Amino acid sequence: MEALLHQVFSGLANGIIYGSVALALVMIYQATHHINFAQGEMATFSTFIAWALIQAGWPYWGAFFFTVAVSFLGGLLVQRIVLRPIEKAPVLTNVIVFIGLLLIFNAMSGMLFDHTIKAFDSPFPKDSALASKYFSAHQLGSAGVLLVVLAGLFAFFKYTSVGLAMRAAAQNPDSAKLVGIRVSWMLGLGWGLAAAIGAVAGMMVAHVVFLDPNMMAGILLYGFAGALLGGIDNPIGAVIGGLVVGVLENLLGAYVIGTELKLTVALVLIVGTLTLRPDGLFGKKVVTRV
Amino acid sequence: MAKLLEAKKLSAFYGATQVLFDIDFAIEAGQITTILGANGAGKTTTLRALCQVVRTTGSLAFNAGAGEVQLVGKATENVVRLGVAHVPDGRGTFTALSVEDNLKLGAYVRGDRAEVAHDIEKAYTRFPRLAERRHQQAGTLSGGEQQMLAISRALMLRPKLLLLDEPSFGLAPLIVAEIFRIMRSINVEDGVSMLLVEQNANLALDLAHHAYLLETGTVALSGPSENIKNDESVRRAYLGY
Repeated sequence: MEALLHQVFSGLANGIIYGSVALALVMIYQATHHINFAQGEMATFSTFIAWALIQAGWPYWGAFFFTVAVSFLGGLLVQRIVLRPIEKAPVLTNVIVFIGLLLIFNAMSGMLFDHTIKAFDSPFPKDSALASKYFSAHQLGSAGVLLVVLAGLFAFFKYTSVGLAMRAAAQNPDSAKLVGIRVSWMLGLGWGLAAAIGAVAGMMVAHVVFLDPNMMAGILLYGFAGALLGGIDNPIGAVIGGLVVGVLENLLGAYVIGTELKLTVALVLIVGTLTLRPDGLFGKKVVTRV
Repeated sequence: MAKLLEAKKLSAFYGATQVLFDIDFAIEAGQITTILGANGAGKTTTLRALCQVVRTTGSLAFNAGAGEVQLVGKATENVVRLGVAHVPDGRGTFTALSVEDNLKLGAYVRGDRAEVAHDIEKAYTRFPRLAERRHQQAGTLSGGEQQMLAISRALMLRPKLLLLDEPSFGLAPLIVAEIFRIMRSINVEDGVSMLLVEQNANLALDLAHHAYLLETGTVALSGPSENIKNDESVRRAYLGY
């Protein structure tokens, strides 16, 4: 029982990271109906920036917020420069560009920061009154950070006029233009937000899995599985999906299939969701009046 | 009377296909102008050309009192910012958002928050049914309610010019009568100029001051609504009643 609980809780801790990656994917999917395959590598690159700053003597949180800001700008720029020219291009063109971005960011991480595996600090104290035998302080802290991000996003979309405009632009770009919304900039904003969320996820996970240019490759798959499971157009669903994937992966890995086959869980979930329930658990079927 | 908008040699294209051929027309400030014509004559395209949603050539001189501005070549968002509100065919409401959010979006380019809140209340007074449904998803409204929402959303811009694309389409006669009554009051009381595209010629001629008849992308004739309405040969030839 003890061991089972332990597996569940550490699954939840992983799931939180998958959830934030899923959230970043959903952000871009909602705005553009594309899955950004480069999301993981962009997050890794952001994490390297934070690592370099910390190595240079910056305090953790200083580096953290600076990296989030730089990532936001970076995401915005990638959309403005690389993706805007192909906004109206077919899906496959976009997919190729995403793969290109993936390779570019992966190579840049390796070139600028080399391929050795690096330790990444945790901002949270090793021993804390809140930490227990099930949760480490870092896991609790990451959960807290993700909840803050979620709450912030929720408030942004629900209560600000720019948030409302982003939702409108994602849903009906033609009508959005007719009320004066600069739709193309809304896409840029979506990319910026997604890159910032990805950066947070990268910085949180780097302490657990250690930092190297391929750090996010597997995590992106889990995140993708989480996003699909939760419903690719539902931010809350994405986070829940991420948690479910984290727990499932851990339990199956511990008791059924062994740790070597863990990644298979994500792939099976992706294929399973797409064939059995393409809208995911919480995604909504779009119904329109004729 | 001052011209709010003057189109000269206006052409519009979908890809390589030309739909409007060098048409000239004008909208007088404070008036309701209507464009009539058969299916495929280019009525909807004319509205789209004004908003720069389709590729256009020629001239569209817009003057809302602050000097003349050329609309051709502007981005749609910027035409809207000049005070041109469009109620497109199919209504263009944001179906997954609430009625109230739709209205807020209509005022997206305005900075005066207190006034926006006031205008939302005004919309609810104008169409009490929208007030009842303010927190409901727009997609769940009936066709008539969606049309009321679309018009209200366009008015949230406090437009100088309101473009209406077949507001009577697919609605019950009673609802149509209500919507047209309110359109008249918007014109008379709030002084909003309108360009109305309609299939229902009778209805449109009753409401409008001036009418243009389009035939396969060219202006076949134009004149005060009264004259066109009373000219039997015109009615037979172009309006089919």
